Amino acid sequence: MRLLSTKATCNSHGQDSSYFLGWQEYEKNPYDEILNPKGIIQMGLAENQLSFDLLESWLAKNPDVSGFKRDGKSILRELALFQDYHGLSSFKEAMVDFMAEIRGNRVTFDPDHMVLTAGSTSANETLMFCLAEKGDAFLLPTPYYPGFDRDLKWRTGVEIVPIHCSSDNNFQITESALEQAYEEAQNLNLNVKGILVTNPSNPLGTTLSLEELNLLVDFISGHKNMHLISDEIYSGTVFNSPGFVSVMEVLNNRFSDADEAIWDRVHVVYSLSKDLGLPGFRVGCIYSENDTVVAAATKMSSFGLVSSQTQYLLSAMLEDKKFTRKYLVENQKRLRRRQKMLVSGLEKSGIKCLESNAGLFCWVDMRHLLKSNTFEAEMDLWKRIVYDVKLNISPGSSCHCSEPGWFRVCFANMSEQTLKLAMKRLKSFVAELSSSSDNGDNKAHQSKRKSLTKWVFRLSSRDHRQRDQEER
Amino acid sequence: MLSRKASKDSHGQDSSYFQGWQEYEKNSYHPIQNPMGIIQMGLAENQLSFDLLESWLRRNSNTMALKKDGVSAFKDLALFQDYHGLPAFKEALVNFMTSMRGNKIKYSSDKLVLTAGATAANEILMFCLTDPGQAFILPTPYYPGFDRDLKWRTGAEIIPMHCSSSNGFRITRCALEQAYQLGQELNLKIKGVLVTNPSNPLGTTMTKTELNHLLDFAIDKNIHIVSDEIYSGTVFDSSSTTSFTSIMEVLNERNNNNYNNIRNHVHMVYSLSKDLGLPGFRVGMIYSNNEKVIAAATKMSSFALVSSQTQFLLSNLLSDAKFIKKYMVENQRRLKRRKDMLVRGLRKAGISCLRSNAGLFCWVDMRHLLSSDSFEAEKELWKRIVCEVGLNISPGSSCHCSQPGWFRICFANISEDALHLAMHRMKAFTNSIFSVRLPIIMMRKKSF
Repeated sequence: MRLLSTKATCNSHGQDSSYFLGWQEYEKNPYDEILNPKGIIQMGLAENQLSFDLLESWLAKNPDVSGFKRDGKSILRELALFQDYHGLSSFKEAMVDFMAEIRGNRVTFDPDHMVLTAGSTSANETLMFCLAEKGDAFLLPTPYYPGFDRDLKWRTGVEIVPIHCSSDNNFQITESALEQAYEEAQNLNLNVKGILVTNPSNPLGTTLSLEELNLLVDFISGHKNMHLISDEIYSGTVFNSPGFVSVMEVLNNRFSDADEAIWDRVHVVYSLSKDLGLPGFRVGCIYSENDTVVAAATKMSSFGLVSSQTQYLLSAMLEDKKFTRKYLVENQKRLRRRQKMLVSGLEKSGIKCLESNAGLFCWVDMRHLLKSNTFEAEMDLWKRIVYDVKLNISPGSSCHCSEPGWFRVCFANMSEQTLKLAMKRLKSFVAELSSSSDNGDNKAHQSKRKSLTKWVFRLSSRDHRQRDQEER
Repeated sequence: MLSRKASKDSHGQDSSYFQGWQEYEKNSYHPIQNPMGIIQMGLAENQLSFDLLESWLRRNSNTMALKKDGVSAFKDLALFQDYHGLPAFKEALVNFMTSMRGNKIKYSSDKLVLTAGATAANEILMFCLTDPGQAFILPTPYYPGFDRDLKWRTGAEIIPMHCSSSNGFRITRCALEQAYQLGQELNLKIKGVLVTNPSNPLGTTMTKTELNHLLDFAIDKNIHIVSDEIYSGTVFDSSSTTSFTSIMEVLNERNNNNYNNIRNHVHMVYSLSKDLGLPGFRVGMIYSNNEKVIAAATKMSSFALVSSQTQFLLSNLLSDAKFIKKYMVENQRRLKRRKDMLVRGLRKAGISCLRSNAGLFCWVDMRHLLSSDSFEAEKELWKRIVCEVGLNISPGSSCHCSQPGWFRICFANISEDALHLAMHRMKAFTNSIFSVRLPIIMMRKKSF
């Protein structure tokens, strides 16, 4: 009899993908301005590090909140004992107000329909447990966040069937792609329980258009018992037009409250990890008008509650509407500026990006740098960028993109100087590439690549120094 | 339209355990606003020592402000979502556990996985050790929450191992074998045994004999042991015969050929919810020598990470060794005092308890108050106690006890005055029963 469960011993946690391998390499040789200026610059981490000063100054002005005090009195006991899976009501109220604000108050949310979870990682998995049986499937437009392979499938047994999106139309979701995915699921004998989209998209950095949203809503309307999950974790990072439209807004405009049939099947996931840059605090939520889902998800949240200490701190912060308004505007301004820096830096290297208006990353087109239009060539290029150029970026294949040559490059998790350095390194690399191909120096490249493949797996700093010497 | 998990009652939350809570919510006791309300004695919380924590916080306001040595750690903490956990916190935890358990074993932080509470830890272990349809043996009576935590989303089954009042509800080799047999008959693959030590709801620590029986059994059947030691810091009566022994200690003492195998089969769960009284902060953990389990559980903890803000606060608190030592001693003293109050008060009402040395509750024998030796009678009695006497206590049936008439009564989550009042009400209740049913009671006492 096997000692451990199948889940514990298989690889379906999805963590052997290149997405995670790149991180590991970075860990071994991380860039530091002073201590390790030749190290790998982390551009594979979708974190928002641009606006901590704003949060820190708020905390400094409100010391009582961190000190478990309310109106000068200690509330340690109350917080320490508070493990009610309904969540701190003041926090849920502050969250719904914040979410409404992000949506320009065009939609409002009811705190009783919100379930708090330890991060959106937990929220997404919980929704799978609530909506699908083992062996059912959800359709996801590609490219998508690599973590979904673990979060949605691992312990739930749910399958993902990709909706293939193409650069032909800027990776927008089309009706035919949806139909194709649905058919593929049927052919695989999988029962499709719903569609999950990330809006704004990770890794594209674009908001879903009204057209796409209507298409999705039409699709689930037309299929009995089909759900739509909209992971809106990046909704507060929209920094440019066309602006963010939540699926809730579309429902609001098209259907009356009484149309339970549709309201019961659309669910939103949110988190403070990207907008406020607080992934360590583990604050996520599920929002649904479906009472049964809310009831079940609430009980399931027992397995991943938000620390009451954190709920209290953030309820006070989000209640400060003057602060949240200022924060959202300033944060978006800084994101817009950073994205511009990345885009123009890449342009100088002759590299284009998908035009984006949100997120903490750009979807970068490096197809022209591939030796061939294949995923092997993409892997080769990626390895060179990680080990030679020393930038950890995420290859499109790890996001299940159907076209080779696209990469996700993050811009909000490092200083401006570091970003500039990264762009400089990339420029040299591209220049070197074009000059060597001009010289027809393919053999040298191939042998470089061969040694790379062996080298990748026993990378050490000593190898790095040796390599530098060889190049000189 | 939804999954079976979402629609059924398999979350186990319709049991009386939860219904009593609901009644309490509707009519909660308050000394001034609602003195006739229901007193909550069904909540195993430790509310006795907050003053000690509060004074520590006052002296350490920098930690609250997320400052370390005057420098703000806010940004680092805000970004810290590494499922390996804050190293300083894990170090502080293993040092705390090592010293709290009398330095008999040195715990190490690379064998620890942090989770949002023991609730998450137990579920994660089930995901790691069982496939759907496989089973774990649990001695009864057991914590009602396990029906949800161990079975709901995992698809695992629980086989009860019936313990009896005839030997103080101790685990016997015979009962273990019987439970295993039951599993065979039901065609369920048994993957392990899960015990809570100290026990909830019994309030007793497992003896070395019991622990060794457990180990022998696990070696013989080649199965796992999960020891939920969430109450290990609440042991308030430590003579040589009644002190706390961790399964890890007994494991350590085994030094023969069987050791290597069993070493990988023993896993411990712990939490700060009961000892430090901090259930709201969601701090739990899995401890295991099994590298594969640690690796898988670490990844699974992504679904239940501990807030970095909380990890930081508690790593500082636990690292204050002087404070923690003082806290544990004083906390245990207060728990003992409270337990004694409850036991005395019940005795005055003609009710006895199982002799206990740990936990936040007593396992109370009300068999003599039943109108018949049945669970229907137990339910009747329970309803009377909740609604007439105004005490929310937990009936043994909700803990899967095989004998009717036992109840769990908590003593550490209410004020002293409320406890006195509860005992007063209880006395009045039993007086009224005895005065009406004296002849019947006399007959029952004879049969016991």
